[in-house]
Amino acid sequence: MRIACPYCGERSLDEFLYSGDATVKRPDFASPTATEEFVSYVYERTNPPGMHRELWYHAAGCHAWLVVTRGVATHQITSVEAAREVALKEKSATKDTK
Amino acid sequence: MATPGHRSGTGSQPNRLDRGGLIDRSRTIRFTFDGKTYTGHPGDTLASALLANGVVLTGRSFKYHRPRGILSAGSEEPNALVELRDGARREPNTKATMAELFDGLSATSQNRWPSLEFDVMSINSLLSPVFVAGFYYKTFMWPSALWEKLYEPMIRRAAGLGRASDDADPDTYDKATAFADVLVIGAGSAGLMAALSAARTGARVILVDENAALGGRAIDDAAEIDGKPAADWVRSVETELSQAKNVRILRRTTAFGAYDGGTYGAVERVSDHLPKAAEGAPRQRLWRLVAKQTVLASGATERPIVFGGNDRPGVMLAGAVRTYLNRFGVAPGQRAVVFTNNDYGATTVTALKRAGVDVVALVDSRPELSEQVKRIAGEAGTKLISGGVVTGAVGKKRVTGVTIQTRTDDEIKLECDLVAVSGGWNPNIQLTTHQGSRPVWNDTLHCFLPGVLPHGMSLAGAVAGDLALHKALAGGATAGASAATSTGRQATPTAVPKAAEESEAITPLWRVKNPNGKAFVDQQNDVTASDVELAEREGFRAVEHLKRYTTLGMATDQGRTANVNALAIMAEITGRSIPETGITVARPPYTPVALGALAGHHREKNFKPTRLPPSYRWAKEQGAVFVETGLWLRPAYFPRPGEKDWLETVKREVTTVRSAVGICDVSTLGKVDLQGADAAAFLDKIYMNGLKTLGIGKARYGGMLREDGIFLDDGTVARFGENHYFITTTTANAVKAVQHMEYCHQWLFPEMDVQIVSATEQWAQYAVAGPKSRELLQKVVDPEFDITDAGFNYLQVGEITVCGGIKARLYRLSFSGERAYEIGVPARYGDALIRRLMEAGQEFGACAYGTEALGVMRIEKGHISGPELNGTTTPRDVGLGGMVSSKKDFIGHVLGKRPGLTDPDRPTLVGFRPVDRQARLRSGAHFIARDAVPSASTDEGYMTSVAFSPSNGHWVGLGFLKRGPDRIGEIVRAYDPVRGGDTLVEVVSPVFVDPEGVRVRG
Repeated sequence: MRIACPYCGERSLDEFLYSGDATVKRPDFASPTATEEFVSYVYERTNPPGMHRELWYHAAGCHAWLVVTRGVATHQITSVEAAREVALKEKSATKDTK
Repeated sequence: MATPGHRSGTGSQPNRLDRGGLIDRSRTIRFTFDGKTYTGHPGDTLASALLANGVVLTGRSFKYHRPRGILSAGSEEPNALVELRDGARREPNTKATMAELFDGLSATSQNRWPSLEFDVMSINSLLSPVFVAGFYYKTFMWPSALWEKLYEPMIRRAAGLGRASDDADPDTYDKATAFADVLVIGAGSAGLMAALSAARTGARVILVDENAALGGRAIDDAAEIDGKPAADWVRSVETELSQAKNVRILRRTTAFGAYDGGTYGAVERVSDHLPKAAEGAPRQRLWRLVAKQTVLASGATERPIVFGGNDRPGVMLAGAVRTYLNRFGVAPGQRAVVFTNNDYGATTVTALKRAGVDVVALVDSRPELSEQVKRIAGEAGTKLISGGVVTGAVGKKRVTGVTIQTRTDDEIKLECDLVAVSGGWNPNIQLTTHQGSRPVWNDTLHCFLPGVLPHGMSLAGAVAGDLALHKALAGGATAGASAATSTGRQATPTAVPKAAEESEAITPLWRVKNPNGKAFVDQQNDVTASDVELAEREGFRAVEHLKRYTTLGMATDQGRTANVNALAIMAEITGRSIPETGITVARPPYTPVALGALAGHHREKNFKPTRLPPSYRWAKEQGAVFVETGLWLRPAYFPRPGEKDWLETVKREVTTVRSAVGICDVSTLGKVDLQGADAAAFLDKIYMNGLKTLGIGKARYGGMLREDGIFLDDGTVARFGENHYFITTTTANAVKAVQHMEYCHQWLFPEMDVQIVSATEQWAQYAVAGPKSRELLQKVVDPEFDITDAGFNYLQVGEITVCGGIKARLYRLSFSGERAYEIGVPARYGDALIRRLMEAGQEFGACAYGTEALGVMRIEKGHISGPELNGTTTPRDVGLGGMVSSKKDFIGHVLGKRPGLTDPDRPTLVGFRPVDRQARLRSGAHFIARDAVPSASTDEGYMTSVAFSPSNGHWVGLGFLKRGPDRIGEIVRAYDPVRGGDTLVEVVSPVFVDPEGVRVRG
């Protein structure tokens, strides 16, 4: 498998570390149901077929965390984004709706 | 190529034809097989040279020890497996058909005793009722105790393949990566055309072929291309490709696996065809080939027809017969019978006749034959038996004749010493299925063709179903050009050379109904047609069950001449179609790959990189004994003359630190430079304890948790400026901790203004520990810096200069429990600083100490380290529960409060000392109550770290014990059944030295 790092270009799989689901969001520690939310955040995964948004780390490269959209059965990668950019966008979207 | 001539028939190489083949007749080379010397020519394989010398018996079969010969001329060979070379280079299960001949080659037959000609184990053949499908499961079931001791060793000895060498592999292996616009796999006519038309667009082309010579079947069949011998055409294409700067040709290179993203694994046999690898050259090279587009032109493998005695030496695939005649100039027999169900039978008759081999009969199972087939048989003077089948090959160590059943059910017996058999072709679709694609059955060609292709792959030639040469050439040209076009190149059509039209007509025949003798489906695993029937009767009808029950399709050839026949026979028995019955898919590798090639240079000391701390050279000069900690090579201790063992040395080092001063290289600790307006807020998120109050010029302990509340790592946080922090991590977790911090910053808290840089290798850092440490440092630190206790107290940090202006950082930290400092300088000064420190320390009796003394002193002080931060423990477990902030949000806050992690019954850190002060403690021992019976339910915790404490004069230990801190003074058993340990220990405070902590402050 090859991943196109937005900073380094297309690189081989063995430069990257896989780090799981990029769709779960870290809950608010002050929430009254924080424990349940954190349990779900840390442990509960649905493992759906099809395209999956997941985190990868360019360990043997630029150290960027990446959000990779990948077909879990086909390994087809449709997008690779810098995780920080994605996270910032999501945070500002949340703010806008508030 | 010259027309093959008649065989010489006398002297050495009696079956070598007078003319023809691509061998170099000007040179004769010698080789041995089973100790006997033969000759051959460069360009031969071991198989062709053996055949030239009239050797047809090459091995004994797996279960029945039946005599076996050479079935094929390629990597599909199931039978002719030999041990190649001697001594440490002995390689078992080498296919004689793939081993290129070199001067001095030595090969030994396998699986026979005492000799190939007379094999005692051939008695297994008489026991064949015992060895039927599933015999492993049926015969040796009872009593089960005998399986390991008796049955398995017996089967291993009786049934088996070659012996590997017991010596270490003396060869080297290489790894390389190459990139291409267009990768062409297979350099037969289709692959050559594809490479040529792609190369002419300027695309970067890589062409790989598993054989030494390019050309494939066109050469094996002595075909004509553009009115010239195929060899001439191949040579001209090869010349053009070799001269093109954008083309790389990899010969003797098998593409064995297709992976995601256009990545292919290939192994190049760089030196296997040489007596000895050239100086500095590897034996094999593992390639990772990355291609935008791939043209798979992997050809097809001929399949046999299953009949009685079809494993007798002298029964050979028809295409292989043509290969030996045309490529190697060898006649594999003198009187041949050709048995076929397709029009390539006639091609074989022509080839044999041209070489002067008597073709006794062409047995074609099809009742109606084309005029062309009839004409060829007529011209050759060959008896044509249409609608007939060969029911059996007769003979023992070599075929002496065949029995034939005619269309009218008459039996004919014919004498012959060669049976050329062709049941059609199976395209080599393996690489198309490696990513899970399912092949599709083709009802015209009666074979599986590739289904959905991996992204970027296209097909050319026989693998695409274009068996005939003229189609393969055209298909190759198109595939190469369109692959290059997909990568953005401009293609102008490449002229397709002319070749005669070939007929691909076939009527399937998988096996003969009433075989005369044992009829083998899988020759490598000794699986017969009746084994397939038995598997069906016993319910193993699914193709996966059939494989596992009969062992069909396993081992070095992966059933390339067996799988489709077996599937077809199962379909026939069950009355289903072949696609209904199942399909055969392959996993990598296509052919076996030596583990050495996969390992490459990563073996022994080179298995992983070695990191050397800055004081390495100096420590080596001192005669230090080193220890591997992760990738680092750290001094474990510094023995001095007269010290009788490591313990004596370590005691001396500890005592020196506790009474005077010692110096230890702690550069391996992870170091992270953290800056930014939000640096303090960020640290508050990643550490469990409060750091907001940490003032500039101060350091503090920091504990880092995982989100599940378990310890991730610990270290110190030093603040050098308003927005500037410098963090240390443990040596072992340095990489993981940085990764975690970057995750937190980039993904969880992206709005925070911080920058994180690993500085582990930028700073050389030494611990200077002991009552005299300040006096020593005052001789090194430049005088304008006040490091008296008034100016530089415990946990203070500062930027200073040493040795007359060299930038340095000083930290008043202590792992040993003594007054201590850590001093950091840019790594390039590391060597100079250790020498300067040791020199300055002379008058104070300073010594260097290593990881052993470091470990002893931290255990004496009850400081936690790797064994305590073992991925299962919480801050509370290690006695740091009080440090955890309850006010702020930090990683691990919420889940760390779960009842299971705060249960007071959890094993908690305490110290231990043996009741018998002479006794030795061992880490890993489990604690149980004095009167309890050892079991999992009475287990109360375990010992994590032990050391002989020179300060106490006996062994001390740290460990986790249920409600440990409440049980100080209690005596428990440290139970260690693995090493026979059972020691009474007293539960004590984990701090064995200076419990009040007076010494660190001076």
